[in-house]
Amino acid sequence: MPGSLLQRISLTHALLAMTLLAVTHGAAAGSRIIATGGASPIEGGGGGGLSPWAVITGYASTEEFAVTGFATRVDVRDFTLSSRGAAIGWNDRLEISYTRQALDVDPLDATLKQDIFGVKARLYGHLLYSAWPQISVGVQHKRNRTFALPEALGARDDSGIDVYVSASRLWFAALFDRNVFANVTARRTRANETGLLGFGAPGESHSMVVESSVGVFINNHWVVGYEYRQKPDHLASVEENDWQDVFIGYFPNKHLSIVAARVALDEIAGLPDQDGWYLSLQAGF
Amino acid sequence: MRRVSTLCLVVALTGAACAHQPSADDLYRDLGETQGIAAIVDGFLLHLAGNDRIVDTFADTDIAEFRRLLIEQLCDLSGGPCEYSGRSMAEAHRDMDVSAMQFNALVEDFMKAMDDAGVPRGAQNRLLALLAPMHGEIVAP
Repeated sequence: MPGSLLQRISLTHALLAMTLLAVTHGAAAGSRIIATGGASPIEGGGGGGLSPWAVITGYASTEEFAVTGFATRVDVRDFTLSSRGAAIGWNDRLEISYTRQALDVDPLDATLKQDIFGVKARLYGHLLYSAWPQISVGVQHKRNRTFALPEALGARDDSGIDVYVSASRLWFAALFDRNVFANVTARRTRANETGLLGFGAPGESHSMVVESSVGVFINNHWVVGYEYRQKPDHLASVEENDWQDVFIGYFPNKHLSIVAARVALDEIAGLPDQDGWYLSLQAGF
Repeated sequence: MRRVSTLCLVVALTGAACAHQPSADDLYRDLGETQGIAAIVDGFLLHLAGNDRIVDTFADTDIAEFRRLLIEQLCDLSGGPCEYSGRSMAEAHRDMDVSAMQFNALVEDFMKAMDDAGVPRGAQNRLLALLAPMHGEIVAP
């Protein structure tokens, strides 16, 4: 699809151009400490690679705004996921995000698409400073833009709402004097394969799933870690499996971050062994 | 090191156990003792002076006294031979209405100062672990 490839390339270029512009013009970043905004997960907002975290995207602290944009590509055996979006963080309190996903299904020469509107609010604590973890609550409203295949597989609806609670905490000098990060997210969802295969199925209601991420900061700019995302299994026609990844993240400055990961997505839509690579670029102001 | 071994020997000879534990002043020594801490604090003050976000907060501060107390506090906190003689963090910041933004800006300047002074990564993280809980006493609710 040359059109979508062109879109992808131009978005990446736009992000890079925005970053260069911000860096060369000394655009003010927010006041929070580097890397505390996290990366951009596939569903948008602030978080890890596969899972939202309690962090608010960008570096906005008291009375500050932050804007982040991202482009992510996940390449596994039979699928390619392209996810791109933008998010606003305010006051280290509130986050609003919009994300577009396109999943190329190579064997069928088809593309599944959905949009995700996200809102997240920090309820308690500070990632770095409080004794208890930072707690946030979030909502993701997902809308399929293609529904023929999900419907054929037995999905009931072409839209759905995920609600989640996340807890994030960083411990200074916790492992060989290195800083250790962890996040746990509990999500209530009806989404099949994050929604790309529609929502719900006959006789199935919501599921509660748990997603966890851990990371060790080698220094203030490099982090390595692991994520596990539990998933529901609502569709009777195809099996849905949990996802996991090992990642390395690089935060050279407050305007740019890059995350690369090895992902294991197991079986998706009847196609087994979906292992592959994840690459994500985030630009922020 | 030598003093510790001698101490161990003396303690062992008197019949008490002597476990191989990191001594209480490890961090103080990793920071470069009083001289190293003074270098961090001086760099920190320079960063603060150039930081528009927080410099005004220090308009009424006696900088020489602030410097002396901060060195003393970090020496005490890191296990050095000092006793912090200043007010508690809660008392010192009571009417300052410090925002989370100002606290973050201050932490960032402190991290820059530790980098500038060549403080090893592990010692930086251990010191931050001791300083981070002060957030609750410094930032206005």
